Amino acid sequence: MNNFIGRHPVWSLVIVILIAAMLFLIFAVWPPELEQVLGRKRIFLSALLNGITLGGLYFLVASGFTLIFGLMRNVNLAHGSLYLFGGYFGYEIATWTGSWVFALVATFVIVALLGIVLQFTVFRWMEGQDLRQTLVTIAISLILADLMLWRWGGDFYQVPMPAWLGGPVEIPLVTAIRSSGELVYLQYPLVRLVILLGAVVIGVLMWLALNRTKIGMLIRAGVDDRDMLSATGVRVQFLFLAVFAFGAGLAGLTGVVGGTFQSLQQGEDIKILLASLVVVIVGGMGSITGAAVGAVLIGLADQFGTVYMPTYAVVLTFVIMVVVLALRPQGLLRGH
Amino acid sequence: MALVETANAVGPGSAKAESWSLTSTFQAHPVLWLLALFLLILPAFASNFVLIEIFGWAMILGMIALSLMFLAGYGGMVSLVQMTIAGCAGYMVAIFGTTVMTDISLGWPWWVGVPLAIVIAVIFGTLSGVLAVRTEGIYTIMITLAIASAFYYFTLQNYAIFNGFSGFNAVRTPVAFGVDWRAPVPFYYLILFWAVLSYLVVVYVSRSPFGLALQGVRDNPRRMEALGFNVTAHRIAAYAFAALIAAIAGVLLVWHGGQISPGTAGVGPVIDILIIAVVGGLSRPIGAFIGAIIYVMLRTFALDALVAVGLDGKRFQLLIGLGFLLIVLFSPDGILGLWARWRARMQRPNTHGGRA
Repeated sequence: MNNFIGRHPVWSLVIVILIAAMLFLIFAVWPPELEQVLGRKRIFLSALLNGITLGGLYFLVASGFTLIFGLMRNVNLAHGSLYLFGGYFGYEIATWTGSWVFALVATFVIVALLGIVLQFTVFRWMEGQDLRQTLVTIAISLILADLMLWRWGGDFYQVPMPAWLGGPVEIPLVTAIRSSGELVYLQYPLVRLVILLGAVVIGVLMWLALNRTKIGMLIRAGVDDRDMLSATGVRVQFLFLAVFAFGAGLAGLTGVVGGTFQSLQQGEDIKILLASLVVVIVGGMGSITGAAVGAVLIGLADQFGTVYMPTYAVVLTFVIMVVVLALRPQGLLRGH
Repeated sequence: MALVETANAVGPGSAKAESWSLTSTFQAHPVLWLLALFLLILPAFASNFVLIEIFGWAMILGMIALSLMFLAGYGGMVSLVQMTIAGCAGYMVAIFGTTVMTDISLGWPWWVGVPLAIVIAVIFGTLSGVLAVRTEGIYTIMITLAIASAFYYFTLQNYAIFNGFSGFNAVRTPVAFGVDWRAPVPFYYLILFWAVLSYLVVVYVSRSPFGLALQGVRDNPRRMEALGFNVTAHRIAAYAFAALIAAIAGVLLVWHGGQISPGTAGVGPVIDILIIAVVGGLSRPIGAFIGAIIYVMLRTFALDALVAVGLDGKRFQLLIGLGFLLIVLFSPDGILGLWARWRARMQRPNTHGGRA
């Protein structure tokens, strides 16, 4: 940290000023002049929180994607299909059993099994052939998309939310002051906060698993040099199977989560795939921390873009990607 | 790096094929001459539907797939942005030309609008290439996919220039040199001319010093760098050249359909172009056209065929996906690879017999 300040004094200053400005925007009661420029504070805060929670969703789905790529060099373009399938499947389970949590767990297991089947029957046979694997994932995503269209049609689906998640909560962030002097606090949907919390917990657990356990050590070694790891006697195939299953299961689980606070529909698979792509390109392929940073950045860009410049929301996301590619082609958080 | 190895396996060429001279380029296989003759006299006996909706469309898609084949086969760069370049050119034709959207379309004559559209699309393609070549191998596919979908969502949301969801209808094919190019037979010959020209140019460029250097870059970028070649410049130039072919195809595409909308260059069509190129075979330029004719035939007749065997005609995408999966699993060189293997098997008994 001190090292960074020493090496980049100007950037550090810019970052500090940005953080201070952000803190002011979040906690201060906005003076009328500011409201004239940026609109109501409530809208700003909602966009901020929506962006961060959307970032949480993106992180969940992109972390599996980036992990699979980092270890196996497999660009799984069927990742979005696994998300959508997980969502539909979770919807069926949740409406059938009435338990949201059970749907979450069951979906994780089933989609992870699907991942194992894919890795075992298809990808294992073309290891090291990146292009061919990528083409196969495209074929699988086409097949899955059409099968899902066959089964679930083009309608909107929403995974039924458990009662304890419904409704808004009051967050201790002042949005305005009434003329009577009373403070108005922000109302925000509980479900989004819970999902954000879940994403943070899963993220921390993943970080711990990667950095503090034996299997995490093996995975990190595999990301750095797969051949050398296999030469030391590690059964890389089992490692691949485990990581692919985990990444796929996480995508399926995120489908249930996304289906709860957004909605499921044909075409959502491609949207999620693209979000994951941009997130990992921005964050750096194969890096979990990079996926987290990229996800929050893209989530915020998406939401602020939608609020403040609706026509160019997508372009904002794209501009971020282009700037990152131009300055740091390897992504924000990747050493080499 | 590993993509380079795969491209090596998929990609064309050992040195023996490349040492041909220019004249031998056009001493083509007799089958190609027969094919050319067939395509030339096709309007004499084929209906307008077959002419435009099957062969015309296949040749346009084939040109776009050809530009992808050039990048992937000779450059080792699988770019998913080619359909988007075609879409960009098509949009520009609609914006500069005459459509029903009179408050956006400028109504300029074709000899201003069309070259300008192609120039803009080539600039767009080159800039995409500049971005894409900053990373290597398999990353290219992701970055170009991201660029392609950014273009799609941009056209979808922008109403001022691209007219959002509905796009442009009734894009008029010009009347030039006293010929109405909207009429089926002239339009067919127009497509045929550009398709054949782009095929020949790709064959020629692949054997020119630039093409050979590009294949060197594909096989071993570091060695080429050490030999003094500017690897990045070669790659960007390849993107620009491929963009030119895709842009011309895009102009034909918008005239062919008479309309353009975000869906024209959506993620689906972008992937379709990749499928066409891979199914046909990335090893030789003709593969792009083979893939395209198969795709168009399936697209046109699969519905009836599926219904005829008692299946739901809507399962067309499933058919495409399964076919693509089978090709990728069993013949990475596409149909061309299958053909080459079949020929090798047919010839082997003969050579054995000859020796015995």
